Amino acid sequence: MTLALAVDIGLALLVLAVAGWTIAVRDTFAAVIGFVAYGLLLALVWVRLAAPDVALTEAAVGSGLTGLLLLSASARLRHAKTSAAPPGPVLQWAAGALCILIAAGLAALVLLLPDPAPTLAPAAVAHLPATGLGNPVTGVLMVYRAIDTFLESVVLLPALLGVWSLASEGDWGGAPILRHPRPDGALTLMAQVLPPLGIIVGVYLCWNSADHPGGAFQGGAVLAAMWVLALLAGLVDAPPIRQRGLRVLLVAGAAVLLAVGLAGIGLAGAFLAYPEHYSKPLILAIEMALVLSIAVALALLVAGPPVRTPS
Amino acid sequence: MMQDPSNLLVLALILPVAGLLLTLVMGGRYAGRITLLLAPVGLAVAAALVVSVIHTDDALIYYLGGWIPPLGVALRADGLSAIFILTTAVVIGATGIFARAEFCVPPGQPESRISLTFWALLLTLWGALNLVFLSNDLFSLFVALELLTFSAIPLVCLNGSAGMLAAGLRYLLFALLGSVLYLLGAVLLYGAYGTLDIGLLAERVRPEPVAWAAAALMTVGLMAKTALFPLHFWLPPAHAGAPAAASAVLSALVIKASLFLIVRLWFDVMPALMNPTAAQILATLGAAAILFGSVLALRQARLKLLIAYSTVAQIGYLFLIFPLITRPESVSFAAADLSTELVAAVVSTSAWSGGVLQAVSHAFAKAAMFMAAGLIAQSLGHDRIADLSSIGRALPITVLAFALAGMSLMGLPPSGGFAAKWLLLTATIETGQWWWALVILGGGLLTGSYLFRVLAPALFGARESVALRVPVARYREVVVLALALCSVLLGFVRLGAFDLVQIGRLAKAGMGLP
Repeated sequence: MTLALAVDIGLALLVLAVAGWTIAVRDTFAAVIGFVAYGLLLALVWVRLAAPDVALTEAAVGSGLTGLLLLSASARLRHAKTSAAPPGPVLQWAAGALCILIAAGLAALVLLLPDPAPTLAPAAVAHLPATGLGNPVTGVLMVYRAIDTFLESVVLLPALLGVWSLASEGDWGGAPILRHPRPDGALTLMAQVLPPLGIIVGVYLCWNSADHPGGAFQGGAVLAAMWVLALLAGLVDAPPIRQRGLRVLLVAGAAVLLAVGLAGIGLAGAFLAYPEHYSKPLILAIEMALVLSIAVALALLVAGPPVRTPS
Repeated sequence: MMQDPSNLLVLALILPVAGLLLTLVMGGRYAGRITLLLAPVGLAVAAALVVSVIHTDDALIYYLGGWIPPLGVALRADGLSAIFILTTAVVIGATGIFARAEFCVPPGQPESRISLTFWALLLTLWGALNLVFLSNDLFSLFVALELLTFSAIPLVCLNGSAGMLAAGLRYLLFALLGSVLYLLGAVLLYGAYGTLDIGLLAERVRPEPVAWAAAALMTVGLMAKTALFPLHFWLPPAHAGAPAAASAVLSALVIKASLFLIVRLWFDVMPALMNPTAAQILATLGAAAILFGSVLALRQARLKLLIAYSTVAQIGYLFLIFPLITRPESVSFAAADLSTELVAAVVSTSAWSGGVLQAVSHAFAKAAMFMAAGLIAQSLGHDRIADLSSIGRALPITVLAFALAGMSLMGLPPSGGFAAKWLLLTATIETGQWWWALVILGGGLLTGSYLFRVLAPALFGARESVALRVPVARYREVVVLALALCSVLLGFVRLGAFDLVQIGRLAKAGMGLP
């Protein structure tokens, strides 16, 4: 048994153990911590599968930001009284059995998939020189399937509107408040030390994604986390949601992508096509706009509906 | 370049999205105006799309970014897409006019919560629907479903009450379960066949375990989003409790989008998998939905809940097309003088047309009904069916619209609903599947019963006069009436619709029929 295989088996067992613990543990807060650990381990699995782009996304969005959302939800639920009785043992066992059955079925199906798997990876790499990019994943996201990236950046907007719409009518236009009830020294220190580093990492992940793993979503998630940290520590306040500048920031990424896409109809023959030789700078410009919009949208999703009455 | 009709596909997709971006920047004070300005443009684009598809007599295809699938993503508009895009544009436009009174900010007032969210979500919904009807790629379709989910759910709980938040949350759980199952299926298909493009998958998918599993996962997921029996529990509270304008688009359009994808899946993505057993299972669920939904509609005390249960029932009809298009091998044809293939083609054409007519006429009728119920509830302050006696005297146009829409739902001639059910009925008889004919007829009787419960006292109630708490604007009544009339008048255009439904169908090969 090689060392790599031993690491993989250990990793797989650890993922299963943490997943099982996350389900079994009674306390909500502990379950969220388990979920975050599970996400980070999954990111390691993606690294082992030679998919660093997926690993970064899993760590930043799947584990980091989702974990943050779940943490704030569990903090709110701590004071809530549940009226419904917990499901009985029969229902719990039935649900468990069904889940195991589905997981086993899916595992069997994965084994049935053709080997070697049919893949578009060679085609994605073969056309890469025409795009001026070095990272085929960015090629897929920004060139071949730019429509999906465009629409994914749009999806954040109705999601955020959905969160905002939970505000009461009188609070509309105000600012969300996301502040730790008792920010202590450690939190404040972290919120002062981490953001300068985090901002560099976030921008780097995005700026560098043309040739290396990373991208607007990963970079945006890191930037959002830094802002959330500063909000939690009470170092900054969230802006009022009626602010025009905030709204412009929110739509900037999608708007720039849309504008470049439309220009492509005239200049490159199709919507979302890039003019020859200009694709790389255009993609970088789009990504920088996207990273800002995504960061703002993700952080505001965590911050929740506006609560302060507008002055 | 703009002469190329395939540019219309891009236009139909980006117009609502651009409107959303603009709305967010300009704010809620301009949101209604932006939507109402875009609505006629979108309607013109949709109409031009229909004309282009008829004129070209083939599906229009647009390769986004100039990249050909499997590497790139294609938009494709066949006759089916064109019909649904036009229907969507009409219903969204009518909803916009209807919603002005409730959701627009009076001049000089600051942006309010609902004035921004309602219009922005309506525009998102519109873009998502157009993408569902146009995308030819399973992953882009997933993104479309996400856009649809995240715009539909906040619309449900727009009034912010605890009860509606619970209904919205239940909707969210069903919708997310649906998304996960759909995505799992799409991933399996990519893993097995190396493409997400619908046209390429149609050539590559073979009847084997992976494809079956993908089909099952995606169908169940989309069924949850469509609220097909027995996954319908989320629909009645969500659709009945939403603001009337939102209920109209949710019941008329949003659930049709996932249904549209089930049809795409079985007939366009994996035609090799379509078989009588699967078709009979889907139709059985549809039949159960018709009976179950209608009986529950009969028992409702509130008008909006009755209409919502009616949606559960009417969705069922659309699942009856599966066994009518895919006839069982054992069934012998009634008309023996024509060759079997020829008859099969005729029957499947009438099943297709019947299904599409049912979907479109239900869209208009149900939008009209929810808006009518909204006007009634607003003017009376309640929507208790028991206390609607003689409302027809106070709101004649609204009640007339409700009655016309009801006529189409019941399937009375000459409405679109009649033409749809007649076509489906003919197809059941011609394929010898009389049991589905019984379901269609029984469903029609039940529909008649539950609508009679509302209409009889409303029109012929003994009360001399009804005091309205709030007057109803005439133009809103006219919008509702126009939608109801659309649903009725569809009964007259069905002959022309035959050809349009079939344009660009992959199974068209071998059907050299007029």
